[in-house]
Order: sequence, then structure tokens, then C-alpha cells
Amino acid sequence: MANAHSDHPAHLQHHFVSSEQQFDAAKMGMWLFLVTEILLFSGMFVAYIVYRTWHPEVFVKSSELLDPVMGGINTIVLLASSFTVALGIHFAQKDNKKGLVINLVLTFLFALTFLVVKYFEYTAKFEHGVFPGAAFDPHGVSHGVDYATYNIQYARQFFSIYFVMTGIHGFHVLVGMGLFTWITIKAVKGQFSSAYYTPVENCGLYWHLVDIIWIFLFPLLYLI
Amino acid sequence: MSESASGTINYLSHDKSIKSWLFTLDHKRIGIMYLIAVSLAFLAGGILALLVRIELMAPGETIMSADAYNQTFTLHAVLMVFAFIIPAVPAVMGNFVLPLQIGAKDVAFPRLNLLSFYLYVAGAVIALAALLVGRIDGGWTFYTPYSTSIGDGILYVSTGVFVMGFSSILTGLNFIVTVHKMRAPGLTWNRLPLFLWSIYATAIVQVLATPVIGITMVLLFLEKFMHIGIFDPALGGDPVLFQHFFWFYSHPAVYIMILPAFGIVSDLMGTFSRHQVSGYKFVALSSVAIAFLGFLVWGHHMFVSGQSATSSVVFSLITYLIGIPTGVKVINWVSTMYKGSVQLKTPMLYAIAFLFTFSIGGFTGIMLGVLAIDIHLHDTYFVVAHFHYVMMGGNVIAALGGLHYWWPKMTGKMFNETLGKIAAGLVFFGFNLTFFPQFIMGAQGMPRRYYDYLPEFQGYHLLSTYGSWVLGAGMFLILGYLVASLINGKKAGLNPWGALTLDWTHTTTPPHPHNFLETPIVTRGAYDFHLAKDLFASGKEVSEVVTSTKH
Repeated sequence: MANAHSDHPAHLQHHFVSSEQQFDAAKMGMWLFLVTEILLFSGMFVAYIVYRTWHPEVFVKSSELLDPVMGGINTIVLLASSFTVALGIHFAQKDNKKGLVINLVLTFLFALTFLVVKYFEYTAKFEHGVFPGAAFDPHGVSHGVDYATYNIQYARQFFSIYFVMTGIHGFHVLVGMGLFTWITIKAVKGQFSSAYYTPVENCGLYWHLVDIIWIFLFPLLYLI
Repeated sequence: MSESASGTINYLSHDKSIKSWLFTLDHKRIGIMYLIAVSLAFLAGGILALLVRIELMAPGETIMSADAYNQTFTLHAVLMVFAFIIPAVPAVMGNFVLPLQIGAKDVAFPRLNLLSFYLYVAGAVIALAALLVGRIDGGWTFYTPYSTSIGDGILYVSTGVFVMGFSSILTGLNFIVTVHKMRAPGLTWNRLPLFLWSIYATAIVQVLATPVIGITMVLLFLEKFMHIGIFDPALGGDPVLFQHFFWFYSHPAVYIMILPAFGIVSDLMGTFSRHQVSGYKFVALSSVAIAFLGFLVWGHHMFVSGQSATSSVVFSLITYLIGIPTGVKVINWVSTMYKGSVQLKTPMLYAIAFLFTFSIGGFTGIMLGVLAIDIHLHDTYFVVAHFHYVMMGGNVIAALGGLHYWWPKMTGKMFNETLGKIAAGLVFFGFNLTFFPQFIMGAQGMPRRYYDYLPEFQGYHLLSTYGSWVLGAGMFLILGYLVASLINGKKAGLNPWGALTLDWTHTTTPPHPHNFLETPIVTRGAYDFHLAKDLFASGKEVSEVVTSTKH
């Protein structure tokens, strides 16, 4: 088969006719995947809306127990990472390998920062007995608020929703870090160019989605 | 390349090692692996169904305890819905046929395709593992709070369904992109075989509905695992919310099951009537319309679950609307046969059987969509009969038609046509004998899922059980002669049915590993028999003509 495809570039898989077709297909596939991600989260958003509508006062008070400064820092971190990943795609299109690698590494570090901040947030909650589900047993004082006064099952529901939503979002951040490790290695090896940067583009799309979901989670859980 | 041009190389023979199958990226081989896997699931689910029917031959205990009965029908349902019927047509025939019909070398993402297969196997194994760790009963719908109060088996089933759902999403995503980006030159949307329109509409539903069952299963898992209180009323959760989530997927999933069946029947109607499918555009777009409307009717499963009366009225009205695109299809199929010249080969027998069984299933569905009637019929055998007429009388009968239609393409062998017709008769007769009595006893008040029943229903139950034996005999006959055809079947010609789609006109039988030696150029629609006079001129068999023009 080799001679039949000798005019094909190395990155072109045999079942595609052209690089454009391969790029378009990969990008369309990624967009469809993002749609499924939004639908996956939509179930949790619906649960949030239903229970918030039924118990607005509990949800308002419980949300005051989350730390908007930590959440705000993470929002800025994720926005910055969306910027660096966009820059990375730009440098890939310009055949600038160094710029690409630097921005991919920066994106990875921002993602790591996000998870570290999240780790401190979670442990601060665990220390006060605020766990998801049956282990929910709040005590102590934080931000001048006594946890014990919120020890009712709807507060547990709020925190269950909080942990499930941010937990699944955090899992997506972790997956993103894996993806950026993978494409950084490929970028260092010089496998991307203006002719072929599909994985960079698609990881970028994925990362923007992770960012956007957080943009919705932050105000819904921390601010209102 | 010269040896392949002479037709000696095909996707089965070019490499026979086990490894070349397990790691294959070839859509045809993945389709065959799916065929074997879903057939095993169907066999297991079918044997469980026969056991359920034997138990119900007489009131009280017949062959198993009430507890074993509950687990048997639940496992039958879980296997049949998630491991058999959802992947059956899209993953088997969609995989095998789609690239062949659009003139592509493969689907857009071959590696995702293989991943999807292994996710399916893993999901099915995880779900079955539930048997070993604890009981699973209460039906395939897993309604809370019951489902979170039984043993740990639900943890495995929810994980298994999640993983199989991932497989379904990847298949759907792959097919959408393939249909959009990989069509051969000249193959416009208006020339697309109707099977592909259906597979495309199915793929949309797979991609848009399955993530919701995914998150539902995650939340169900967490509810059982750490009591997060989303669905459990004892913890402030709402069980009706679970039902909304569940049916938001599981009603569209009904269209994942039936839309590909519509596609197969459309292809069979066109090919075996030797005529353009009447109202081609309407048949094509009605698939998309059904996919769209299918998202807006989930509440008709919850008329007695405590949703508001307004919701029920709206869901009921939209349910009626689905009758319109479905009716458009049935009428056009009948009119295709009326205008065409029908050839009663085995696949066509299944297509015609489908018209009867599916129409009964569809009509009774509209009856159940009527609010007042549903109160009477809800959770009775009428519902059981209705969805078996749609699932089995619709999907399975069409899938059997498709399997017989593409069997020569898949294996290069013809099956025994006489036995094929006998089996089709047995399946049709056995199916109706099994399920028609269930309409009657359901209307008289026999509740579904019950182990015991009043003596006055025994006559109907006996008929139903005898029917299940005829149906089972038909199925085993099919298994027998298909396997026999692999050993001593007649070699299939290039185009034994005289079809006009690319899978038959432009590939060898069985196909070359890369499907097409040259990208085909399409100049007519999938059923334009009036433009294909060249293929049928001077009394030649189509296969001869194709052979002589090809090389």
C-alpha cells in the first residue's frame, strides 16, 4: 500500500482523502463530544435548579459558607489558562514551536494550580465535617458562621450537589492535564506544524468547555 | 494490488490471526465482532424470556420462586435493552454497511470505533457481574427509592449502563461525522440510501440523549454509594426527578431502537420492489422528525407518577404527533410495493411482516398516549404487548431482514432460501401468538411483572407461552441455517438481490479490506431503478453486469 499513498503526508490516515477532510472530521467530532459533555452536566444543573427552587433560603445560606475568594482565584486561573491555550493554537498555526510548548506548559500549570486551590477548599470543608452524602455532619465556625445551625438535610443536599458538580468538573480538569502532557510531548518532538495541529486545536476546544462550565458553576454555587 | 483487483483478497481472508481481529480498525470486522457479541446477549436474554414464559404457564410457583422470577425478568430486560437492542442495528449493520454505502474506506474515527466495541463488552460484563454480588430486581427502569434499597448489585448495573452508554455515544458521534464528511463525490443528501438517513437520525439521538442517562447513572451510583439525597425521598430527594432523568434518555432510546429498523425496511422495500421508494424525501426527513419529536414525549411514561396535569396534557399531545411521521413512512412503504414489482425473497418477507407487527405496535402506542385510557392500561400486560410489538415486532424483525439481506455481503455465502422462508413464517406466527393474547389480558386487567395471577388469565398465558416456543424454534432454525451456510453455503454473487446502493454495486463480495479500490462516483439516487436500465438490460442478472463492467 505504501506506494499508493506516497504523496500523502505522514499525519494523514489512510481512509481520508485530504488533510482538510481529516481536520474537519476531527473538529466536528470534537464539537459533538462537547455537546455530550454539556448534556452530562445539564442533569446536575437541573437537579441544582429544582432543589434551589424548593429550598431557596437553605441554598443561599449554604452558599455563603463557600469561599468566594478561593473560587474567584480559580476563576481567574482558568480564564488565564484558556488564554494560554488559545495562544498555543496561534503559535502552532505560525509554526512557532517554542511559543507552542511554553503556552502548553503554562496551561498545564494553571490547571494544576486550579486543582491545588480546590484541594485546600475541600479539606477546609472536610475539617468542619462537611462531606457529601451520609457523612455530612457539620460543626465548628467558619467565616463567622456556625455550621451547626445549617445541619438540616437540605443543606446536605446543597453540599452533595456542590461536591458532585465540582468533583466531576475537577475530574475533567485532571483529564485536561493528561491531554496537555500528551500534546506537550508531541509538540516537543516537533510533530505539530501549520499543516497539522488538530490535537492542539481539539484539546483547546475541550479546555474552553471545562473553563465555561466553571464560569457557570462559580456564580451558581458561590455567589448567589 | 493486482491480486486484489482480481477479487481474491477480502476483509475476512487477508489476515486470519486472532490478533488481527481483536485489534482491527476495520469497520467491517468491528461490525462482525458486534454481531457475535449482541447475538450472545440476545441468546441469553431470549433464554431468560423463555424461562419467564414457562413460569407463567400456571398460577403460583411453576419452575422458580417469586424472588427468582423477579430477577429473571429484570435481567432479561437489562440484557435485551442495553446489551442487545440499542447496539444491535447501529453497531452491527451501521458499522458494516455505512462506509460501504457512502463510498468511504472506513468510518471517520476507526480507533474510537474499536474503543466503542470494547467499552460495550466491558459495560455488559460489569452489568452481568451484578448477578454475582447481589440481587437485581424491580425491572430495568431502576426507579428510586426501591433501586437504592436493594443490594449492591445496583452499583454494578449503573456502572455497566454508564459504560455501555459511552460506547453508544462514541458510535453515534462517529457515524454523524462519517455521514457529513466522508460521502463519495456525487452522493448528495438526496441520493443517500434511506438506511443511512435512519442511521444518521439514530446517531443524533444517541449523541444527544445518552449523556443524560450517563449522569443519571452517576447520580444513582452516588445515591446508593454515599446517600447524596438527590433521588431518595428519605433524604429530601425527589424520586420523580429520577423518572424525568431516566425517561429523558429512555424514551428517545426507543427511537434508537426503532429508527434503524425503519431504515432497513426502507432499503428492503426499494430493492425488492424494484422501484424508487415513494416519497423518498418524506421518508428521509420523517426519520429526523421522529428523532426530534422523540425528545419531547418522555413525560408520557409518568402520567400516573404525580407530574402536573398540564404536563401530562402537553406530553400526550406531542405523543400523538409522532404518529404523523411514522404514518408517512408506513404509507410510503405500502405505496412502494403497490407501484413496484415485489420479489418475495426472505429479507422482503421480514419487511412485510414488519409492516403488520410494527403497525399494531405503533397504533397501540397512540392508544396508551391517551390520558384516560392510560390510567386503565398503565402497568398492565397491554403495555408489555405494546412495547414488544415495537421492540421485537419492529426492531428485531427488521434486524432479521437486514441480517439476511447483508449476510451474503458479510460472509460471501448464501443461506438456504427455503429454510429462510420457513423460519420467517415461524417467527411471524410465534411472535403474534406470544404477544397478541397479552393485549387482551392486559385490557382485562392482568398487571405486568406479576409472578402470580388469577386463574381466569391462564388461557391467555398458555397461548403466550406456546407462542414463545414457536418463536424460539424459528430463532434457533435461523441460527442453524446461517451457521450451516458458513460451512456449505452457495457462494454469493456480487449483487444477489439486484440492489443499487454502493455496498452492492461497487464492492466485491465479501468486500476488499479497504472497501473500494477507487473512490466511486455516484450518478443516481439509491433507488433510481429507472435510471439503472443498463444494469438490467438484455435479461442479464445484475451480478453478471456488475462483474463485467467492473474489471
